[in-house]
Amino acid sequence: MNFPVLSFIVFTPIVAGMLILLIPKERKNEVRVTALAAATFALALSIWVYFSYDMQTGGYQFIERYNWLPALGISYIVGVDGMNAPLVLLTGVVMFTGVLISWGLDDRPREFFAFLFILASGVFGVFVAQDLFMLFFFYEIAVFPMYLLISIWGWAQTREYAAMKLTLYLFIGSVIALIGALAMWHQAGLNSFDMFHLELAQKSGAFNVAYLLPGWLATLFQTQTVSFEVLVFPFVFLGFAVLGGIFPFHNWSPDGHVAAPTAVSMFHAGVLMKLGAFAALRVGIMLLPEGAQHWKWVIMGLALVNVVYGAFIAMVQTDFKYVIGFSSVSHMGLVMLGFSTLTKEGLTGAGMQMFSHGVMTALFFSVVGMVYDRAHTREINELGGFSKMMPWVAVAFIIGGLVSMGMPGFSGFAAEFPIFMGVWKVKPWVAILASISIVITASYIIRIITKVFFGKMPEKFEHHIGDVTILDKIALVVLCAIMVTIGVYPAIMSNLVSSGADRILRLFGGA
Amino acid sequence: MILAILPEALLLVLAGTVVGFDAIWKPEKRHRLGWLTFGGLVFIAILAMLVSRPGQEARLIFGGMLHQDWYSFAFTLLFLFGASITTLLVMGMSELGDKGEFYTLLLISVIGMCLMASAGDIVMLYLAIETTSIPLYILAGFMTKDVKSTEAGFKYMLFGAAASAVMLYGFSLLYGFAGTTNIYQIALSFYDAQLPKLVVLGSLLLILVGFGFKVSVVPFHFWAPDVYEGAPTPVAGFLSTASKAAGFAVLLRFLVVVFSPIATVEWTTILALISVFTMTLGNILALAQKNIKRLLAYSSIAHAGYILIGLIAYSYLGKASVVFYLIGYLITNLAAFGAVVTFWQVEKTDDISAYAGLSRRAPGLALVMLVAFLSLAGMPPLVGFIAKVFVFAAAVQAGYVWLAVIGVLNSIVGLYYYLTVLKVVYLYRSDKDDVLVPISTPYRIALTVLTIGILLLGTLFAPWYSWSTIIAGSIF
Repeated sequence: MNFPVLSFIVFTPIVAGMLILLIPKERKNEVRVTALAAATFALALSIWVYFSYDMQTGGYQFIERYNWLPALGISYIVGVDGMNAPLVLLTGVVMFTGVLISWGLDDRPREFFAFLFILASGVFGVFVAQDLFMLFFFYEIAVFPMYLLISIWGWAQTREYAAMKLTLYLFIGSVIALIGALAMWHQAGLNSFDMFHLELAQKSGAFNVAYLLPGWLATLFQTQTVSFEVLVFPFVFLGFAVLGGIFPFHNWSPDGHVAAPTAVSMFHAGVLMKLGAFAALRVGIMLLPEGAQHWKWVIMGLALVNVVYGAFIAMVQTDFKYVIGFSSVSHMGLVMLGFSTLTKEGLTGAGMQMFSHGVMTALFFSVVGMVYDRAHTREINELGGFSKMMPWVAVAFIIGGLVSMGMPGFSGFAAEFPIFMGVWKVKPWVAILASISIVITASYIIRIITKVFFGKMPEKFEHHIGDVTILDKIALVVLCAIMVTIGVYPAIMSNLVSSGADRILRLFGGA
Repeated sequence: MILAILPEALLLVLAGTVVGFDAIWKPEKRHRLGWLTFGGLVFIAILAMLVSRPGQEARLIFGGMLHQDWYSFAFTLLFLFGASITTLLVMGMSELGDKGEFYTLLLISVIGMCLMASAGDIVMLYLAIETTSIPLYILAGFMTKDVKSTEAGFKYMLFGAAASAVMLYGFSLLYGFAGTTNIYQIALSFYDAQLPKLVVLGSLLLILVGFGFKVSVVPFHFWAPDVYEGAPTPVAGFLSTASKAAGFAVLLRFLVVVFSPIATVEWTTILALISVFTMTLGNILALAQKNIKRLLAYSSIAHAGYILIGLIAYSYLGKASVVFYLIGYLITNLAAFGAVVTFWQVEKTDDISAYAGLSRRAPGLALVMLVAFLSLAGMPPLVGFIAKVFVFAAAVQAGYVWLAVIGVLNSIVGLYYYLTVLKVVYLYRSDKDDVLVPISTPYRIALTVLTIGILLLGTLFAPWYSWSTIIAGSIF
């Protein structure tokens, strides 16, 4: 352990955020430059971590370990493996492009970037955390700035409602998961929140406790006892999966996406939803494998609803941003579906889907933002012909659309195909049902492309729609390049992710 | 031995000095009285840390009147800290800042609190509680031209007198059955005499009335919103932090020393019920508040409920979490009240709606409110989060998972109304958006110290936790 690179990644945004708050509020350009510098630094470090992860050695690398509160076994432990290294990279990318996209923000940019960076630190912290307490700590840090970001800079019509709804949903989820985590800490009896210790405790059978069910529950479930893992797993998994947008707790997410300002939507759909899915995986599935085995059919069912129902709802929306919002719900369902297979293919696909969807949806929301900033409406029927004025944006959206449909040659295919393979292995008819969503996705994406970017531009837009700035173009190019690269050469990510999936499966005693 | 009561003695000297200078200085110079008090309090705190630290072994001194231990010492420092911040907050108020008698009364009530935390004898304890309360009654009603303030003072006094009468009856029962007034001996004689449970429980209940009033738990909470609303804001802040901490200091010591293990099951059950009602009622009523001081009053009732969870867990971790929670809560709530005082100086109103546009008018003050309210709501990296986690962890460890769940659900309700205030501060605009809110030096010092404290305790909590365990472990 030489250079504490992960700690640098985690703390760069928050330190930059504090520095930004010290800049006088009139000097908006200094604020933006500082923000961009910090984001570039974090991105550079996360790229470095991604590419210098040694797949031969495998396991967790770049581990740092400091005692935080030894009396209760709380430590600061960070490390990456194949599962979370792409997510760290994703956060770096979204943070970087998010700053570029919000360059023109003029209302209190100082506070905006400070809150955004506190959020980014929280996200990085959760992705690399290997201590349960630390994970919660950063999880909450990632949740609360969202409230301010949405309610202050969001879309005036729904922001108050959406921000409060989102915050309460996520907070309820996280505190329910917290109780489950405290129960695990207590049950393991090691006085340690270290997740490696908890994994060992699980293996050695510390969670093999059974509780007697009260009479009426016993008759309802036809069983006399319930084991600790089976009891705790739903709380922990669903508590986190709320942020992953799992049905029926997905309701906050389209509202939140729509109300949020562009950069925050990007962060939100691109990164935060992965945060929920990842935490559900890391804490729920990896620490409570027997619970996961017991409940996986339920998760699969819920995820299936996400995938199909989300796509159907997206299809009938007339608001551009709501379409993307519900498409996120649908795509995150695929991630959960991949988790629930508990197979190598499914988990690898889910890991890649988290990355791919993160980049794709960040792109989508930035496009929505660019269109809205110029047209001041998001009603699909009122828009048209934007490809003439904003060719870069149109091309970027089409690439994103192809990713979303899972076209070969784009990252979406590399991610979704393994998921369907995994699902087919365990329940073929689920795969068949889920694949309906691909068709529906194609229908709503193509509808947007036709109506918004092609066709005739309404007269009211004819003269005052200009092209996007160079910074916006850079952001779009970065995002598109990543999606195409992974689509053309999936091994750049799939090897890494499947090494992470192997480690998860070892916890299940499998290969 | 005299060193053990050095802080109390010096506080008395300081109070005398303030009265003296109040008489000597001309009216236009009297605003310096605040700095005098503040400097004196800081000096006393530093001196106490240097020379009057208790030894490893806790001991009874002055014929059993006081128990010299880390517990009482730590609370003394906490009260001194609370009082010095309160002094800073009072200084800027034109109505109170140059009143010598205000500072004197404040100092005397601090003496009472210090003695409350260290009392080892029920006679001493009762005297200490009254020494604390009587100046606070006057302070609550200090703004005699303000109807609400006088009402607050009077209401506080009536409630307080009734509660302390009931408590005194409880004390007399204790003495009658145990034959001694020393709380450490009472426990022994309970054990020897094999008293009927009913007797023990009766005195427990009566005494809980008095303590419950001090810490404002349901059903003894009725005074809090009215008194906080009417009292001068720094006094309300002081009541909700230092005075509440003193109440909890006594409650914890009393329950641990006198009623354990003889009635542990009973008092944990009673307190568990009280805790559930306190949290729930406090949070739900806070939802409807339009006045920020009333909102903070109900929130402080709810927090008393959370603190009780740690007490109920009654474990090593539980007791330490109570101490930690009190430290964190004192800092956080003082910051919240500090922001309210600062704003009141400019706008002369406590309506939540008046805070609209504050983040544009005073970004720094808005940030303090953000930090304080999020800490109250229990968000990391602020101390409120850590404190709640400790309390809930203690509950889960002790098998009170249901209590932890209720606590957690309550903190969601809490989050809602704290965010509602922050929404007004950050989101809404007012027609005075470009009128800046000036913040004078004492407020700057106080709010900066408190904000840093909230962040510091919320991130580097390891030393504070280990101190809390030492403190809580020294009760015996």
